[in-house]
Amino acid sequence: MKRIVILGAGTAGTMMANHLRNHLKREEWEIDIIDEREEHHYQPGYLFLPFDIYEPEDITKPIRDFIPHGVNLIHDAIDRIVPQEQFVNMVNGDRLHYDLLIIATGAKIAPEETEGMLGEEWQKSVFDFYTFEGALALRNKLREWEGGKLVVHITEMPIKCPVAPIEFAFLADSYFKNKHMRDKVEITYVTPLSGAFTKPKATTALQHLLDVKHIQIESDFAIEQVDNDRKIIIDYGGREIPFDLLVTVPTNKGDELIVRSGLGDDLNFVPTHKATLQSRDYENIFVLGDATNIAASKAGSVAHFEAEILTDNILRYINGEPLKEEFDGHANCFVETGGGKALLIDFNYTHEPVEGTFPLPGIGPLRLLKESRFNHMGKLAFRWIYWNMLLKGTHIPFVSTKMQEAGKEF
Amino acid sequence: MDRNIAGVTIQVNEEGYLTSFQQWNQEVGTALAQEANINMSPRHWEVINYLQTEFKNDVPLSIRKIGKSGVVDIKEFYQLFPIAPLKTASKIAGIPKPASCI
Ligand SMILES: Cc1cc2nc3c(=O)[nH]c(=O)nc-3n(C[C@H](O)[C@H](O)[C@H](O)COP(=O)(O)OP(=O)(O)OC[C@H]3O[C@@H](n4cnc5c(N)ncnc54)[C@H](O)[C@@H]3O)c2cc1C
Repeated sequence: MKRIVILGAGTAGTMMANHLRNHLKREEWEIDIIDEREEHHYQPGYLFLPFDIYEPEDITKPIRDFIPHGVNLIHDAIDRIVPQEQFVNMVNGDRLHYDLLIIATGAKIAPEETEGMLGEEWQKSVFDFYTFEGALALRNKLREWEGGKLVVHITEMPIKCPVAPIEFAFLADSYFKNKHMRDKVEITYVTPLSGAFTKPKATTALQHLLDVKHIQIESDFAIEQVDNDRKIIIDYGGREIPFDLLVTVPTNKGDELIVRSGLGDDLNFVPTHKATLQSRDYENIFVLGDATNIAASKAGSVAHFEAEILTDNILRYINGEPLKEEFDGHANCFVETGGGKALLIDFNYTHEPVEGTFPLPGIGPLRLLKESRFNHMGKLAFRWIYWNMLLKGTHIPFVSTKMQEAGKEF
Repeated sequence: MDRNIAGVTIQVNEEGYLTSFQQWNQEVGTALAQEANINMSPRHWEVINYLQTEFKNDVPLSIRKIGKSGVVDIKEFYQLFPIAPLKTASKIAGIPKPASCI
């Protein structure tokens, strides 16, 4: 009997457990999946929690509900991987031998990377919404906030779901309008990028929306510190931006277990072949989701495309066949734009977000890069799809793993 | 698109980054720096050389990585290239715009 061990039962690990159990014979392969948490979090929901759009119970469910029969779920913290010996060491001292390892331990925020971010004002006037606790604390703050300067800020790239911060700014605009206090709030969007987004076409579309919604943008801002006394953020060039309420996305890093295992880069992401998803250092270690260092978006939709390709590649690896170099960096995400609308962007390693229709060429119903109510419904439907199809590894009808070119305007 | 700079023709993309590092030389770099209002000093060139070496080794660049490079710290990097330093320095170095992953 051989053993596959999956580290992390989040979006990516859960999908892999489902795919592989369907494809591998139980009498030949044992599959174990390890996570320190009991609850699976629907992280895209963190964006909606602060605005009272979702309730906490909408976005957490027991991990166990999504792990298929025939896969052992181990509830413990992982200390490190010992790749030379093919062992995973647990914090409690247990050791688990593997024949094949899948790393899916995701990314988390590291506010300690920025001087002053975890200072006195943390969770008083400085908040994150990339954790459940942060999003909930921010919701409570927003419920009673009387207005002032709201600064929505990205510390550095890469971050999970790179459009979430700008969506936060759009949703804040709607939220304060609905509370009849938009005139009391000044919203500024602060980014280390040179515009609203990294890719020129999407930047133009998003910049237009920022203008319409009277959201100021401060670009090329590389934060050096948060000054808690003066309530300002300062960048390395000496630029200062004052805030009454700072909503920041701290540096995102891979888990410390990656450092302890000697497998990470300077942000604890695992060097990975971008087309095969095999680790660069060990041929029996594969990596997917937010834990990799590849230049694709850190998004659930990406993890979904990766999981389909990685499943094929693992089956090939087991059969001694060459791996397929297939993953093209395909990502698509809904961008909430407030007021019950959203736009949809679709891109990969080489193509920037394009206009057109999705998923059916020429028909849609979703419109790429155009704001619409239908796209917003799509974003909300995504939660249902996530819990009921995505995690279980069900193929989503019409959505192909690789980016399609028909029906799109390049 | 083509452009003439420092007496040679180079190919640049719509944002002004060289599309082929082979076309770069120090005069081109100096001229591109002047357009960004930067007068190149030996210290500037040390940083540019470092960026070019990393580029040739396929190492993706970030402000964080430069801060930890031992070549220059982030404060000084900003003093040398005050506005959007990594982008400005990459342009002068003739290497592509740093791909901050999306
Ligand atoms: C605010 C926000 C909005 C987002 N919006 C979208 C969106 O609209 N669309 C989209 O596609 N994506 C979105 N995402 C991104 C998406 O949630 C992630 O890309 C996706 O969850 C990544 O899956 P993963 O399995 O790689 O990591 P995760 O789902 O984070 O799973 C990692 C798991 O590993 C476990 N783990 C880590 N270290 C250890 C350890 N040492 N021991 C034991 N267990 C460990 C963790 O407990 C966790 O369960 C959003 C993310 C955020 C934060």
